[in-house]
Order: sequence, then C-alpha cells, then structure tokens
Amino acid sequence: MQLQGRVWKYGDNINTDVIFPGKYTYTVTGRDEIARHALEDLDATFVKNVRAGDIIVAGRNWGCGSSREQAASCLVYNGVGAVIAESFSRIFYRNALNNGLLAITCPSAVQAIEPGEIITIDLARNVVQCAAGEFAYPPLSPSVMGIVQAGGLVAYVKHKLAVA
Amino acid sequence: MTNQIYPPQTFAQKALARAAGLDYVEVGQVVDARPDVVLSHDNTAAIRQIWLEFGQPRVLIPDRMAITLDHAVPAPTTKHAQNHAEIRAFVAEQGVRNFWEVGRGICHQVLSEEAIVLPGQTVLGSDSHTTHFGWLGAFGAGIGRSEVAALWATGELWMKVPDTLHIVLEGLLPPGVTAKDFTLRVIGDLGADGGIYTALEFSGAGITALSLESRMVIPNMMAEMGAKNAYLPPDDQVIDYLARRKAKRENQTVSDEIVSNLKAQISNLALYPDSGAPYAAEYHYRAEQLEPYIACPHSMDNVQPLSQVAGTRVQQAFLGTCTNGRLEDIAAAVDVMRGRQVAKGTRFLVIPASSQVLTEAMRLGYIQTLVDAGAVIGVPGCGPCMGNHMGVPAPKEATISTANRNFKGRMGTADSEIYLASPAVVAASAVKGVIADPREL
Repeated sequence: MQLQGRVWKYGDNINTDVIFPGKYTYTVTGRDEIARHALEDLDATFVKNVRAGDIIVAGRNWGCGSSREQAASCLVYNGVGAVIAESFSRIFYRNALNNGLLAITCPSAVQAIEPGEIITIDLARNVVQCAAGEFAYPPLSPSVMGIVQAGGLVAYVKHKLAVA
Repeated sequence: MTNQIYPPQTFAQKALARAAGLDYVEVGQVVDARPDVVLSHDNTAAIRQIWLEFGQPRVLIPDRMAITLDHAVPAPTTKHAQNHAEIRAFVAEQGVRNFWEVGRGICHQVLSEEAIVLPGQTVLGSDSHTTHFGWLGAFGAGIGRSEVAALWATGELWMKVPDTLHIVLEGLLPPGVTAKDFTLRVIGDLGADGGIYTALEFSGAGITALSLESRMVIPNMMAEMGAKNAYLPPDDQVIDYLARRKAKRENQTVSDEIVSNLKAQISNLALYPDSGAPYAAEYHYRAEQLEPYIACPHSMDNVQPLSQVAGTRVQQAFLGTCTNGRLEDIAAAVDVMRGRQVAKGTRFLVIPASSQVLTEAMRLGYIQTLVDAGAVIGVPGCGPCMGNHMGVPAPKEATISTANRNFKGRMGTADSEIYLASPAVVAASAVKGVIADPREL
C-alpha cells in the first residue's frame, strides 16, 4: 500500500494549542467544525488550501502539550493522510494511530523533503520517497500495527469485544 | 517455589510489570497494562460518545474510574453546562462513586487529597498532567480520549516500557528558590522534547527536603518535557498523608491504630527502583547553584533567570492550577502581598486548586489578606489556564502565571504572552506591575 500527497512542512515543538486551541475543546464538537480550526494559530492558510491526502512533515516533538485528541482528529477530518516527523510527543503519537492517522518517525526524510512537493509513503517497504531520494523508517510494532490495520482503536476494541 | 533473580529494575519497569500482571518486564517491551485508576474530567461526555460505539450497557469497572469537573467550572456557557449535565447523568447511570462536582477542585489535586491513587499503582488519564501522581510514587501517564473509552470497556491498554532518565538534586534549595524553579531549570536544560517517551526518576537530598506540596510541582510539569511519567520515591511523610486522607474518605476515625494499619498497607504497595537500575542518562543538579527562573513566551524550554526578564510589563498575574495552586503557594503570595497592593493597571487572579485549599486559606486569613491587597479570588478549578474562561487575557496583554504551559494561544488569544514562574514571583509581579523579584521588594 502506498500513500501519495502534497507536503505541508513545519518546524520543531509544534504544540497542541496551535494545532487545536484549548478554548474549543468542550464547545467545538462536530466533525466539520473541528476540521475548521485545524492549525488555526500556526498556519491560517492550511484549512483554506488543504486537500485530501496531503501529508504534514515536521521537526522534533510534533504535537507536544495537551492530551486533546482533536489535535489528531482535526487533521484526519481535513483528509491528512500522514504526519512524518523527526519525533512525536507521545500522546499525540498514540492519538494519531488510535484515529487511523499514520505517524511516521523519519528524521532523514524530514531533512530532505521540501515544502509543497509531492511525496510517497510505501507502507509495504517502510520507506518515504521524495525528490531527494528514498528514506527508510522503522516499522511499527506488531501490536500497534494491529490497531492501525483495524482502522483505529475504537474499531480494534469493537473487534476484540466481539471475539471475546 | 523458586525466586527468580531479575536484573536491577527502574521504577517504570516494576510499575508496568505490576500493572500487566507480570513478574518482570524489559525496557522497550509492549505490555497490556491494567491501570488501578482511570482519570477523566470535563472531557468525560466526549469519551462517553466514543464508549457508546462499543455497545456495552455498563462500563467494566466503575470503581476504577475517577471523574472531576474542573476544566470549565462553574460552566461559563450553556454549552459547557450541557457538557457537565451529560457527565452527571452518565455518572449516575453507571454508578461511578469517585465523582467530584464543580468547585471541588482540579482532578490531580482532588485525587491526591482523597488518596484515590496510591504508591506503586498505575493511573492513566485523559489529561496530559496525569504525570502529577509521581509525587506519591505512582505511575501516572496521560492518554487520549479513545484510550480512556477503551479502558472503560476492556480495563486494559497497550503501554511500552520506557527508558528512564535519573535526575538527582543534591543539597538544599536556597531561600526564594522553589521546586518550580528547579523544574523550569530542568526543562530549560533538557528541552521541550528532552524527556520524550521516557520515564523520569528524581532523587537526592534536595527532593526529600521538599514539602509534599512542593514535590507535586515536579512530576506535574514533566509532561512539558514529553515524559511518559515521572517518579519521586515515596517516604514516610507521603505514606502518612495518604493514610490519613484514606481514613477520612472511608469515614474511619483517624485514630493512631487505623492510621498505622493503613500506613502498613500503603507501604506494601510502594515500589522503589533497584540500585544499579538501567538508566538511559543521569543528571546531577546542585540545589544551591539554582536561582528563580521564568519560562518565557512561547515555549516551555525558553527558560531565563528571573534577573534577565525582570521589568517586563504584565497586565495580569495568575496564581493557581494543578502546578501551583496549593496552600503553600497561596501562603507565599500572602507573604509578598501583606501590607502591599496590586499595582494599578495589573490584575491579580488567585484560584485555589481545591475546595480544601480554599477552606484552609480562609481559616488562616490568607484570602482576606489577598482580597484586601486587591486580588481577585476564583472558584477552585483550572481557571483560565487553557483559555476556557475566568481570567483570559486580552490581545496584546502579558500574563505572568504559576501554571505549566505558555504556548501561543494557550490562554485564549494567540496575540498574548505568557510567562511562567513560582508563586512568590507572580505575587511580586502583581505588586510591581512588571516581572519582579520578591526578594527585592
């Protein structure tokens, strides 16, 4: 399986308050409404121009701060296909995978990828392909891959409960 | 029966082994952990919506759930009120006993006061500051909403056993230098991702000399370094505190005999790292070399000595939150404010972390002193920390705060600046209208 998309590139330590502001966490609840506030305090052009399948590429510690799951789901609701970062905050990482959003740790690819270029993620071979070349990333652990393959944690738990 | 000999272990290894029902786990191993406590707050209604997808009529173990209304209390809008109403209905329907209403306080403070979480136990919560519970020797980690829903349904969740960083505080903090300053210094040195995916263990004479309230500051803020959890070894003071609180909650007479029995039970739960445990790195700090620090806009690791930032104009000073809204924090502010007034053009907002903190602060006359000095007192809860309500700044305003996060937009507008400091520095800044050193007033 491959994912192909256009790149939005951001820097280090991008926190959950600029990805999805805390003031909205209990009042902004609908899918479309959550989507509208994505990256509001980071990049006002994102929501206007994002297209389904786009890929976010970022530096170290993407998603640091709050545990709010909307930081991951607001990207899913905008059709973002994956986030590739030098590293992720651990709760964002969990939230992403649990929402079926691919989170790939690949510092060498991040260094090489240019904003706006079209890149490909080859999930079978665990590589990111961009204009500068091909970069391998470590595969997810089998237990975590099980969650992603099920389509996220809710689907995974549903399946587990049905089998039990 | 043979006793298998295992290599020396970190606290995180021991705690996650226990939570997974295993004798021993390796660093890097993925386990299915069964937490003792699952924490949620105003996000409980949203979690319920996810949980409903599982089609269960009842949550698996309601007694492991702990729900506190704290993030937007009392409700600032009808929508927030509706959110609270849905949570109350869910709590009643599912028979959740560990539920605290609007005004009782902030979840991490309340669960500590009520001795809901004990040493050696695991608490997972849909709040990033669940790392807080390391102050009492528990394994506390933040998780997402879907994960809390999964825990309500199945009782277990995958966790990777993290690497551990060991931080030693040698010597005693000088007067005017607090646990907050030490914590800010560590975050400044190691960086906002310095503890990413890792467990932290703190030890040393500088840690054991801290009051229990001061100890809470350290693991609470380790979330800001990306840590999974942070641990302080529980000593007799911690165990005594929890025993008395547990006795009180269970309506037992707090007699010497009951306290000593409970202390024995709680001590048995406590877990300590082995000497020779496999630390990924070790850092040593000399307490007497530390000074007051400020985390400057807009990131947690933009940490400067107070002397470098003093004089910066602030329109608002905020004392409160799960980091620094306790009795000793209010006492530190009272020491500064007594006989002084809040500067014209600056607001001083004080929000106790819990109703118990508020009660004690009233009994000791602190609240009166603060009100006389021109401070504004808020309802126990998170206050304006994450921009929901009750003291959010206007655009172009600067706030100095005892909270734990200074991200752009955190307090509601991206066009304001947040400086983080200890309670005495926040109070001194309220008096001067600029960031100020309380030792120089």
